[in-house]
Amino acid sequence: MNWDKKDLLGIKELSKEEILLILNTTDSFKDISKREIKKVPTLRGKTVITLFYEPSTRTRTSFEIAAKRLSADTINISASTSSYVKGETLKDTAKNLESMKPDAIIIRHSMPGAPHMLSKIVDSSIINGGDGAHEHPTQALLDLYTMREKKGKIDGLKIAIIGDIAHSRVARSNIFALRHFKTEIICSGPPTMIPPYLDSLGVRVEYDMNRAVTNADVIMMLRIQKERGGISYIPSIKEYSTIYGLKKEHVKKAKKDVIIMHPGPMNRGVEITDEVADGPYSVILDQVENGVAVRMAILYLLIGREA
Amino acid sequence: MKILIKNGRVIDPRHGTDEKLDIYINGNIIERIDKHIREKGSNIRVIDASRHIVSPGLIDVHTHLREPGYEYKETIKTGTMAAAKGGFTTIVCMANTDPVNDNKSVTEFIVKQSKLEGVCRVFPCGAITKGLKGEELSEMGEMYEAGIVAISDDGKSVKNAELLRKALEYARLFAIPAISHCEDEDLSKGYVHEGHASLLSGLEANPSIAEEIIVRRDIAIAEYVGSPIHLTHISTRGSVEAINKAKKQYRKITCDTCPHYFTLTDEATLTFDTNTKVNPPLRSKEDVAAIKEGLRNNTIDIIATDHAPHDFTSKDVEFNIATYGISGLETAFALSLSLVREGVLTLNELLKRFTVNPAKFLNLPYGELAPGKAADLIIFNPDREWVVDKDKFLSKGKNTPFHGWKLKGKNLLTIVDGNIVYRDNTF
Repeated sequence: MNWDKKDLLGIKELSKEEILLILNTTDSFKDISKREIKKVPTLRGKTVITLFYEPSTRTRTSFEIAAKRLSADTINISASTSSYVKGETLKDTAKNLESMKPDAIIIRHSMPGAPHMLSKIVDSSIINGGDGAHEHPTQALLDLYTMREKKGKIDGLKIAIIGDIAHSRVARSNIFALRHFKTEIICSGPPTMIPPYLDSLGVRVEYDMNRAVTNADVIMMLRIQKERGGISYIPSIKEYSTIYGLKKEHVKKAKKDVIIMHPGPMNRGVEITDEVADGPYSVILDQVENGVAVRMAILYLLIGREA
Repeated sequence: MKILIKNGRVIDPRHGTDEKLDIYINGNIIERIDKHIREKGSNIRVIDASRHIVSPGLIDVHTHLREPGYEYKETIKTGTMAAAKGGFTTIVCMANTDPVNDNKSVTEFIVKQSKLEGVCRVFPCGAITKGLKGEELSEMGEMYEAGIVAISDDGKSVKNAELLRKALEYARLFAIPAISHCEDEDLSKGYVHEGHASLLSGLEANPSIAEEIIVRRDIAIAEYVGSPIHLTHISTRGSVEAINKAKKQYRKITCDTCPHYFTLTDEATLTFDTNTKVNPPLRSKEDVAAIKEGLRNNTIDIIATDHAPHDFTSKDVEFNIATYGISGLETAFALSLSLVREGVLTLNELLKRFTVNPAKFLNLPYGELAPGKAADLIIFNPDREWVVDKDKFLSKGKNTPFHGWKLKGKNLLTIVDGNIVYRDNTF
């Protein structure tokens, strides 16, 4: 299987073989982070720009570390420090950046389709670092990698995704990715946060969280997307926490070796209690660790192989 | 000027005509329609239409001309040139200009400018409320005197039901119809249709009921006060069903749809191509099927363009912030001819939705071919293939999702008021 795509815009565009290629490539990059000298020359002479129009700690840092561990030069641009605040359009920003000949641009934007727009106007590889409620492909890939690492497989898993599904790009990308495997996906959350037609993706909707987590191999918690108006979809945080906050008793209903995932940032005490977030089943920090390796693999596949 | 159109297949739904005939135009009127009219005298321009169809000029009840205020998007001159190319001889322009057409001075300007620079007939549609704000009635009496033929706050519904009631009642003074843009703004915060495609794209979406609730409300208000109501750019199955049912008990309801609502589905938005961003949004396959059925069973009376030209930069941005609309005048008729090939409508029925029905709805003496009537007609070939090239549009708006599409059916010649205002270079 060869990688022949210029960009990584979404999981929806990937075949199962391409997903597996990324996961398998990740294996070989994970060890680099454990070495004393965490650096290889793979992307020496390459330039990677992170263009973030939305706040992010995890994804941007993860990409930056991934690029640096591969010896690429990295430049970070955020909305507050870009000409965006002076009224420059995304297209003009991208064209200006393109003139400086970067090899890859990682973009996060609040608007679905922004990376797709960029991919049509610049020659650099575009990586979608999250576009509105549309996709977050690298998060889904690191989630799949973590599932496979912890459970030894993806096929056969029962995965409960709980929270603000309607506004979640993480949920969408995970569902698109998991549909390639023989998994059972159950989505749970307040009806206002379950998008219409969700079942058309082969997902079971279960409003009762207790039933959703019963016998689950994986419980993936999501936060309320306040920046996308998620808060107006529920009466109060308190009530949401009471009904959909992941507590110890929920974990007991799941499989004995369940893993608890969260893409972060967590709202402790809202969608997840401290004792679950920090408990023995939590793989939340493993997800973060794997994120660097997955992003190294993606950068390598997109811009590194001819080096 | 005298023009003799020879041997065309003349189709006129108003008079039930469908046969090979000659048409003799003298000045601005049709003088004679008959078999084998002989040219007499000099200065007669003879046009051979023997392999083509001659029909009344098309009438568009829903065009945005953008002048005054947005001349960089369209002017009355360029908009009417686009109309003539598309086969339209009469168009009604919406009120959302800057300033809004909510008073006689703006109406007078549009009428005057249309006479100066327009190449087809232009009738302004006045705003229902001042500034399209939905707060106070506009001066529709004075606008009527200046030339409006309908009222509409198109672009938005009149949110205040009581104000709409007053508008419909007041408009009875002038016997002009109201054109209703059906959209509940509280339910429609999104940019695309709420359905499977929006689930995939993550774009904020509008449900069908945002349209259907206002369809039902506006019909109820119109029926209560006994006024006519025209529901424009209908796009959903629920709307078609509601209108079909309501028409059976109240006869003053008419409606239109646009070619993009029976040509494209919401799946087109998965490309994030901002040219697919329209309001109401492109709907599901089921909705498209219902629109076709609505055309077939006469629920939908008229096909309108909702020609909404935009400058390049208004569309060359992220989907969320792109403006709504398709530059539709130059593709509408060709796209609609596919309904004939699909067996949804006969050619006569299709032409009815572009000619006699809009003329009747607007109470205008056009949309027919008869001696003594205005010489507004087109010559088209329903089988002529062509490729849509936005760069060849006469409209300033190049915003079309149909760029590069191969279409079948082309307008070849347009005559307005006895003058040839458009002629295809292949004819």
